[in-house]
Amino acid sequence: MKIRAQIGMVMNLDKCIGCHTCSVTCKNVWTSREGMEYAWFNNVETKPGVGFPKEWENQEKWNGGWHRGKNGKIHPKQGGRWRILAKIFGNPDMPEIDDYYEPFTFDYDHLQKSPESKAMPTARPRSLISGERMEKIKWGPNWEEILGTEFEHRRKDYNFKDMEEEMYGEFENTFMMYLPRICEHCLNPTCVASCPSGSIYKREEDGVVLIDQDKCRGWRMCVSGCPYKKIYYNWKSGKAEKCTLCYPRLENGEPTVCSETCVGRIRYLGVMLYDADRIEEAASVPNEEDLYEAQCDIFLDPHDPEVIAQARKDGIPENWITGAQDSPIYKMAMDWKVALPLHPEYRTLPMVWYIPPLSPIQNAVESGKLPLAKNGIMPDLGKMRIPVKYLANLLTAGKEEPVELALKRMMAMRAYMRGVLVEGGPDTSILDEVGLTEDLVKDMYKIMALANYEDRYVIPTGHREETLDAYGESGACGFSFGNGCSSHSNSDIELFENPKSWRGPSASGKDNRVNTLFSQGKTSASGGCGTTKPSGGGCGSGGCGC
Amino acid sequence: MDFFLFQIFPYIAIAVFALGSILRFDRDPYSWRSKSSQLLRKKQLVIGSVLFHLGIITILAGHVVGLLTPIAVFDAIGIPHGAKQILAMVAGGIAGVFCFVGIVILLHRRLFDPRIRATSSFSDIAVLILLLMQLCLGMWTITVSIHHLDGHEMVKFMEWAQHIATFRGGAHEYLVDVALVFKLHITLGMFILFVWPFTRLVHVFSAPVGFVFRPYQIVRKRET
Repeated sequence: MKIRAQIGMVMNLDKCIGCHTCSVTCKNVWTSREGMEYAWFNNVETKPGVGFPKEWENQEKWNGGWHRGKNGKIHPKQGGRWRILAKIFGNPDMPEIDDYYEPFTFDYDHLQKSPESKAMPTARPRSLISGERMEKIKWGPNWEEILGTEFEHRRKDYNFKDMEEEMYGEFENTFMMYLPRICEHCLNPTCVASCPSGSIYKREEDGVVLIDQDKCRGWRMCVSGCPYKKIYYNWKSGKAEKCTLCYPRLENGEPTVCSETCVGRIRYLGVMLYDADRIEEAASVPNEEDLYEAQCDIFLDPHDPEVIAQARKDGIPENWITGAQDSPIYKMAMDWKVALPLHPEYRTLPMVWYIPPLSPIQNAVESGKLPLAKNGIMPDLGKMRIPVKYLANLLTAGKEEPVELALKRMMAMRAYMRGVLVEGGPDTSILDEVGLTEDLVKDMYKIMALANYEDRYVIPTGHREETLDAYGESGACGFSFGNGCSSHSNSDIELFENPKSWRGPSASGKDNRVNTLFSQGKTSASGGCGTTKPSGGGCGSGGCGC
Repeated sequence: MDFFLFQIFPYIAIAVFALGSILRFDRDPYSWRSKSSQLLRKKQLVIGSVLFHLGIITILAGHVVGLLTPIAVFDAIGIPHGAKQILAMVAGGIAGVFCFVGIVILLHRRLFDPRIRATSSFSDIAVLILLLMQLCLGMWTITVSIHHLDGHEMVKFMEWAQHIATFRGGAHEYLVDVALVFKLHITLGMFILFVWPFTRLVHVFSAPVGFVFRPYQIVRKRET
C-alpha cells in the first residue's frame, strides 16, 4: 500500500443554477489571453446537449480516455506509445477550433465613429484569430444554453445511449440540467500518459495535474488523450494549457476561484486518501459498470488507524490526515454515497464528482399527490423528469442503482428535514428505507443544504517549510512564462519568432489581455493617447486621463 | 569565393546552429515548440504535414548516412559508388516527391488560409519557402547526376562533408568544379543551419523518442 493524498471536488448539481459565474471568474483569472480566448478551463453545459467541444463525450469519435485490451491491460484509446508517435505529424483525433468555436469580438468602435446615417450603426462580429469579418456566428462557448438549438442537434448527446431519445424531443417530456465542468485531475490521467515530451505530471502532494510549460513541445497528443477535452492548445504560444485547480490558492488553504465564487454554493473541496499501488488495477476492471465501485475501493478510510499509520509512513503531513478525516468529499462519496464520478467508463479515475440533480415528478400535478413506489414511502424515481438512465450514463457508466440510491437519500433527507422543521416531528421510517441514521442525515443537511463556507472547503495548507526557500527570489523578477527575466524585455525585436498580432503588440507581454467587451483596436497599445487610441477597456485599463 | 562558402561558412553556420540552439534551449525554453497550427485548420495540415515529414526525414537520414559514412566503409561492404549513387537518387527522388507535395500543401495553407496567415510569424513563412527552395535545388541535382552515374561526383561531396566534419583543411577544393546547382544546394543548406536556432526548426531536436521507454504515468515530488 502506497498512500497518496488528492484534493478532490464535488459539485452538487441539485443546486446548480447555471449562472456561469464560475466560468467567468475562471476565465478572467486564467484564460483572458491571446491564444486562449476559446479555452474555458471551467465551463457550464446545459444537458442534454452535445457540449463543449462538440460531442466531447463520444469517444468513438474522439478516441479519448483508456481502452482495455483483450489481455486485460489498458492503453490510451488513441493508441499505445508507438501509435501516438506515428500520429505526431498530424493528429487525426484532435478537434479543430470550430469544434470549440471561433473566438470573436465586435466592432464596437463603429458605434462611436460611424457617420450620421438613417440606420442605427451596428457592431458586427470579427474573428479574434484572423481579424476578419465574421458574417455569422455559428457556434459559441455556450451555444446550447437552456436547451438552445434544435433537438435534432442535441440528440447526439452521448448520454442518450440505450435510451429512446426520440421521446425527449417532445415538449411534454423535455428535461434539462446543468453540468459545470473543470479538469478532473484524474488518478489515472490519459493526458499524462499521452504526452510525448513527458511535460504533464501529477503532483505527488495534492494530485493536481499540471503541464510544465518549459517542457511542452506542442505535440498536442494530450488534447486528444483527455476524454473530457479539458486540455486546450494555445494557438499563440504553441503549448498546451489546462486547469490548474488554482494550485497557488490551494497551497494557501483557499478554494479554487470557481469554488470561491460559486453563488449556488454547489462546490466542495477536500482531501481524499487513496492507495496509489492499486490505480492500474482499479482502472482495468473488465466491466465498465464496475469502475465506479473499483474507484471507491481504492479510497482509504482516514479514520482507520492502519491507514493513518501508513499515511504517516508515506510522508502525508498531519494536517492533511486530519483534513482527510473532515473531508466533505469523503463524506459525500463514501459515507453517504450521494456523489458519483463523471464518466467513469473512460477509466481515468476522475476526481471531480457530482451529486445528481433531483427533478420534478412529472405526474404530480395530474394526480394531486406524489406517485409512490409500490412498496414504500419514496416517490417513484421512474416518474422523475430527468430519466435515471440518463444520469447513470453520465455518472456511473450506465449502472442505475448507485444513481437511484443517491437520489433516494437526497429525497429522504428532504422528507426528514421537512418533518423536523415544518411538520413538527420527524418520520424516521423513510431513513430506514434508504439506510441512513438521524445523525448522518443531520450532517448531510448541514453540509449539503446549509453548506457553510468552512464545511464546503476543508483544504489543508501546503507546507512551506518543505518547499523551496523562495526568499532569494524576492525582488528578482515577477511571474514570467518560463524565460525568467531574460527575454521579452523592452526590446521590440523578438529574437525567437513571436508572431506579430493584428491586435497590436502583445507578444512582448505589454498588454496581452483579450477583451471581448470592448474593441481591441489595431493600434499600438503602448502608443500614447492620440486620436487613434482604441476605446478599449474604459478607465480600468489605462485609457482614461489622456 | 569557394573557399569562403565551402570552407569558412560551414563552420560559421554550424557554430551558430549549435550555440544558438543551446542558448535558446537554455534561455528561452518557453519558445521551444513545434508551433503546430493544426488546431486552426486541420484537414490540409494532416495530409500536408504527414507527407512533408515522412519525406524530409527520409531525405535528412539519407544525407547524414550518405555523406558522413566514411567511403572506406562502403568499399569494405562492397557497395560500388555507382550503385550507391543510384540508390541515393531513387530513394531521395521518391522521398523528395512526397516532401514536395507536402510542403506545397503546407505553404499554400500558410499563405492563403486567413487564419493561418494571420497567426504566422515571418519566420514561419520564411522557413517553408527556404525548405521548398532547398528541396527544388536538391531535386534539380538529380537531373545533373543522371549524366554521370559512376559515383565519381558523389564521392567529392562525401570527401567534402567528411573533411568539414573532421576539421581538415582543403575541403573546398573538392567542390571547385562541381555543377553550380550543387554549390547552390550546399550554400542554401548551410544557410538553413545558420538560421535554424531562430526558427521553429528547433523542434527537430525534441523528437520524443524517449516516450517509447517511459511509464505512462508521471508523478512529480515536491522540489525541496
